[in-house]
Amino acid sequence: MLELRSVGMHFGAVAALVDVDLELRAGEVVGLMGDNGAGKSTLLKIVAGNFAPTSGRVLWDAADVELSPLSARELGIEAVYQDLALCDNLSAAANVFLGRELSRRLFGVLPVLDHAAMRRKSAELFAELGSDTRADDLVRQMSGGQRQAVAIARARLSAPRLMLLDEPTAAISVRQIAEVLELIRSLKQQGVGILLISHRMSDVFAVADRIVVLRRGRKVADKPTADSSAQEVTALITGAIEAA
Amino acid sequence: MLTVAALAGVMSFVSEPFASADNLFNVSRNFAFIGLIALGQTAVIATGGIDLSVGSVMGLAGIVTGLVLGSGQPLALAAAAGLGCALLCGLVNGALVGYLRLSPFVVTLGMLSIARSLALVVSNNRMIHDFGPDEDLVLALGGGRFLGLANPVWLLLVAALGAAAWFRYSRLARHVLAVGGNEVSTRLAGIPVARVKLTVYVLSSLLAGVSAILMIGWLGAVTNALGQGYELRVIASAVIGGANLMGGEGGAFGAVAGAALIELIRNSLLLLGVDPYWQGAFVGGSIVVAMLVERVRRGRQAAG
Repeated sequence: MLELRSVGMHFGAVAALVDVDLELRAGEVVGLMGDNGAGKSTLLKIVAGNFAPTSGRVLWDAADVELSPLSARELGIEAVYQDLALCDNLSAAANVFLGRELSRRLFGVLPVLDHAAMRRKSAELFAELGSDTRADDLVRQMSGGQRQAVAIARARLSAPRLMLLDEPTAAISVRQIAEVLELIRSLKQQGVGILLISHRMSDVFAVADRIVVLRRGRKVADKPTADSSAQEVTALITGAIEAA
Repeated sequence: MLTVAALAGVMSFVSEPFASADNLFNVSRNFAFIGLIALGQTAVIATGGIDLSVGSVMGLAGIVTGLVLGSGQPLALAAAAGLGCALLCGLVNGALVGYLRLSPFVVTLGMLSIARSLALVVSNNRMIHDFGPDEDLVLALGGGRFLGLANPVWLLLVAALGAAAWFRYSRLARHVLAVGGNEVSTRLAGIPVARVKLTVYVLSSLLAGVSAILMIGWLGAVTNALGQGYELRVIASAVIGGANLMGGEGGAFGAVAGAALIELIRNSLLLLGVDPYWQGAFVGGSIVVAMLVERVRRGRQAAG
């Protein structure tokens, strides 16, 4: 589905990414790991269309593409950012449909927001994700896990084929982490490909099919989760092992 | 809203003239001018901004309308000229805040000074009371009544209902609240944040212009001091009505209730024979109390 071929990214003299290859298939969860500044976020931003790589190729369904935030979205790539990017003052349903509000025509002419339809559809999305989030609740009043569900439901709205999750389990409680991991599993079952950035080793091992490790902009490992171990990945991240 | 009803209830017992038709007519007309502008201000505040220029824009729009009327032009043309000036002020405010991302406080503070100065320039500091051939029409529009209510009150009612529907049902209003809630995420969601901001500042200025045209009809004359200091009463109305200066909250009826409450307090003090020098203290105090009540309410919500 998604393929990066020897992608490089330079910011002036700084090489954020060097010769990175990456492949991701439908229904596959790839855990992207690395220390701060290893290039994880840069890679994610390239796939989300925020950055154009300075070298290499990006392929989608085996065809070269030039991604912009808009075109990435149109292809079916949705990013869920670390800070969740939600509006605290609006309801869950309003956040799910932010920028893509459903409307109906009053008396056949006047466009008005279709609150009922948005409420119904977001309730369906939350149910699909197995979350107890209620459509009418304000995001301000929600737990970290519920907020994550809202962010994911928003990304799910367009039935994406690839979801980019940036630290979805940072800064939430243990019980909520379990909820989020469950969300990821259910997305995978529905055939969505997932690129998961996380610092938490245990989360990546719990849901990822494959683990990719970046160190100083280079890919130093890319192997099935089952063939690796937390010790090995830690060593790869820190550089105790050169590559695997 | 409850506070307004309660205060009105108490006053009708305490003071005989309060509940008289004449007094209520006056009170409602007085707050109609402010309430109308407070509707626009509420939208601006909901984006996390503020519009300090509404009083001066009123002055400029009023003077321009008066001048064009005085030169013998019909009301429609004069109103268009006045509203055109207001529109320009709003466009400048909105463009600077939205597209150049300047601070709303500073931009509209500048416009407060600019629009007032332009009003002085174009009027040459004269009072305008000759409204030309359409004079009767102007006076009737702003000063007249219909079915027992002053015309500005009718307009406020219609505008408030329209604004309430707008807040609840329009996509733009939803985006206004979203910008006030989390501007970054709103931008990430693909919403044209700058355009949303431009729209609310234009709306705010236009409503100030409409209010100005009604007001010169009521006063029968216009000086360049029209609307001086009104920005504070307008902002106070919006805030008492529940608009959150941090953005993301506010409603149409709240703004009207806020304007009504301020006018009721002023009127009540007058009728009770309190020295008018005290008015500012009471109005200011009520703003602070409104914020405290809001804080208590919010605190309880967060705890629950």
